[in-house]
Amino acid sequence: MFAYLVRRLFLMLVTLFGISIVIFLLLRIVPGNIVDILFAAAGYVDPADKANLEKELGIDQPLIVQYWHWISGFVRGDFGYSYVSEKPALQEILPRIPITARLAGLALLFSASIGIPLGVISAVNQGTRLDYTLRVISLSGLSLPSFWLGLLILTASVAMFGQMPIFNPNPQTWLEAFATYAVPAAAVGFRSAALTMRITRSSMLEVLRQDYIRTARAKGASDAAVNYRHALKNAILPVITVIGIEAAFLIGGLIVTETVFNIPGVARFLVEAIRWRDYPIVQNLVMLIAVVVVVANFTVDMLYAVFDPRIRYTD
Amino acid sequence: MRSVWALAAMAALSVLTASTATLAGEPKQGGVLRMYHRDSPANASILEGATYSVNVPFMGVFNNLVIYDQHIAQNSPDTLRPELAESWSWSGDNRKLTFKLRQGVKWHDGKPFTSADVKCSFDLLMGKSQQKLRQNPRKAWYSEVNEITTNGDFEVSFDLKRPQPSLLAMLASGYTPVYPCHVSPADMRTHPIGTGPFKFVEFKANESIKLTRNPDYWKKGLPHLDGIEYTIIPNRSTAILAFVAGKFDMTFPTHITIPLLKDIKSQAPNATCVVEPTNVSTNIIVNSSSAPFDNIDIRRAMAMALDRKAFVDILFEGQADIGGTMLPPPQGIWGMPKDKLETIPGYGPNLNANREEAKKLMQKAGYGPDKHLAVKVSTRNIAEYRDPAVILIDQLKSIYIDGELDVVETANWFPKVARKDYMLGLNLTGNSVDDPDQSFYENYSCGSERNYTNYCNKEIEKLFDVQSQETDIAKRKPLVWEIDKKLQEDVARPIIFHARAGTCWQPYVKGVTIMSNSSYNGFRYEDVWLDK
Repeated sequence: MFAYLVRRLFLMLVTLFGISIVIFLLLRIVPGNIVDILFAAAGYVDPADKANLEKELGIDQPLIVQYWHWISGFVRGDFGYSYVSEKPALQEILPRIPITARLAGLALLFSASIGIPLGVISAVNQGTRLDYTLRVISLSGLSLPSFWLGLLILTASVAMFGQMPIFNPNPQTWLEAFATYAVPAAAVGFRSAALTMRITRSSMLEVLRQDYIRTARAKGASDAAVNYRHALKNAILPVITVIGIEAAFLIGGLIVTETVFNIPGVARFLVEAIRWRDYPIVQNLVMLIAVVVVVANFTVDMLYAVFDPRIRYTD
Repeated sequence: MRSVWALAAMAALSVLTASTATLAGEPKQGGVLRMYHRDSPANASILEGATYSVNVPFMGVFNNLVIYDQHIAQNSPDTLRPELAESWSWSGDNRKLTFKLRQGVKWHDGKPFTSADVKCSFDLLMGKSQQKLRQNPRKAWYSEVNEITTNGDFEVSFDLKRPQPSLLAMLASGYTPVYPCHVSPADMRTHPIGTGPFKFVEFKANESIKLTRNPDYWKKGLPHLDGIEYTIIPNRSTAILAFVAGKFDMTFPTHITIPLLKDIKSQAPNATCVVEPTNVSTNIIVNSSSAPFDNIDIRRAMAMALDRKAFVDILFEGQADIGGTMLPPPQGIWGMPKDKLETIPGYGPNLNANREEAKKLMQKAGYGPDKHLAVKVSTRNIAEYRDPAVILIDQLKSIYIDGELDVVETANWFPKVARKDYMLGLNLTGNSVDDPDQSFYENYSCGSERNYTNYCNKEIEKLFDVQSQETDIAKRKPLVWEIDKKLQEDVARPIIFHARAGTCWQPYVKGVTIMSNSSYNGFRYEDVWLDK
């Protein structure tokens, strides 16, 4: 187990190094840099002024030098300064992380707490009206783009209640606080919940046909005990995998949701930073996200062993 | 006798009405104006900005030497008002403009305002100071200024190379605040210090901008508001829904398109909404340095094939203006009158005749029904650019030109145009002041950085100088019209239309005036108040 852990940790470092190269190069391949954008916004291009600014920001240096400055700084925790706001990049990134983390956490919670029970119900009632209804709902969840669902929620709120659940940094009431996070989390989590439900259903159906389930029933176990203690426990592995993958994909969904609900989280901030080619923000933020995803995958792999005693990582 | 009584009754009624209006209109102190902002500006420095995304939130932090009257929608030489200057005077030969400065004005950090600050600001703009602006997009405005001289702490003079009455117009723009000498340009980008009615509190990128009342403002009793809060909402649908839901007191100025204005009026019927020209023209830039548009016949044919009314009807439901380079009247001060405009080829009312003429020019150049000219129409990947470009492509088909849309990301647009890597481009040109000098020299003079098409006509350049030195507006206008007409006939940068846009505010917001011939000059907001 220890050797396996060491091997996985080493692989994580190699993966992160690869990702850092990809992030760095992709940003340079995208046409234009911050200076181009600033001068494009001004509607003029003065070569001398541009050169001065490129020198000031250090983007006139060879790529290898720029990469070394960035990655050595990242390892030391020195993220440099945002090209746009001219504030420390870390100071710009850190306050936004909890906002997105809360949103992502709630969305995942929504996804699991709705998707798994409904998946089980759908599976144990296979072929019934309830099953068909739940499958239609899940299909709609997969089909509705989250930005459209978000706008629909906002429009309906304004039309029906004359209120709008957009971000409020200082909520005065419990309801406001709930609306600030729960409504957007539901909008983005709806798709995840639908996916979780479908995976849970198909996995449950497979397990429910196993001999040991029939044996459990023959021994007189109750439906609840069979479904939840025996079947779900064995059907949960693919669901955990999907939730782990969804956690990574959620960042993509959150970009749209944060934009529609005007939430000043890290996902929308990332898109703005890309638009400005704000290298210190984009590189460090994407790298942080990469670290989170790699660690999340590692954690999910470790969780397999917890949920399924048959799995033991050996040397 | 009856008429005397009627007159007396009318007089009494009007006195009553006037006094009632005064009572109802008595400004109230307090309250924070909540507005959404359409995007996150790059920084807070107006002198370095080139978009009204910077002017709107930060104009209230500063004062100018002079300013356009904030309660008269049309900026004109008659609406110039003193601000940090108490008065101004021209020398006898119109080559020296002297300002007497206001005394007792303090910067937001408590330091006194003096003539040295004015000199610093304009030396910075002219590129003559030790400190440099990171960007200086309006350096050319001061090309006729020799130097700035001070005479004591409260007098400053602009020495000019030649008379230029338009200098006052440019000094009155929202783009020309006076900066403090003792704060670096870098600090002004992140924490601006001004003398204006509002103090800067914070600017969180992509989140919010907050200003608070300046209690030591030199205009006693102003501002009425306790502060202004801008919430940055780039998504237009979300922003408008939030305004309808009452989360904001006002929309971002001139941010509402004509079709969206209908939605707001239906969902928030009590809101006050106005539609005004933005003084932003949509135009075609033509690369005349290479084939096929080096041929003046093809350029003229293209200009003649334009159905400007169709653009206006499709994109603005009829609510936009057709004109030349200068914004057309009545909102525009310098635009050609309609009868003169219609004498320009392509502007006449008979579209079919124009297009027949255009086809003949195309045939003369070797193109016809069997031989179409294939061109790429390049434009920025923004709806305001893309949508008219698509209509343009459709219209060009009528004269054997097959256009293909080439959308370019913002970062690459101006570098691409600068290196002449385009055939036809659809471009937007914003004018921060409704003034011929600003427009002509910036967009059409030989060698200007913003003369994207490299149009260069020495004869017309002389006319630029002639009109620029004319101090009598009545004499200057015909000169400007002749230049504008000539520019259109030369197909220097064919103007398609001048856009209009809407602004809405809740009924309790008072004292807002949306400028009708510029989108850059009307955001001091010192006497805006909330009737709550």
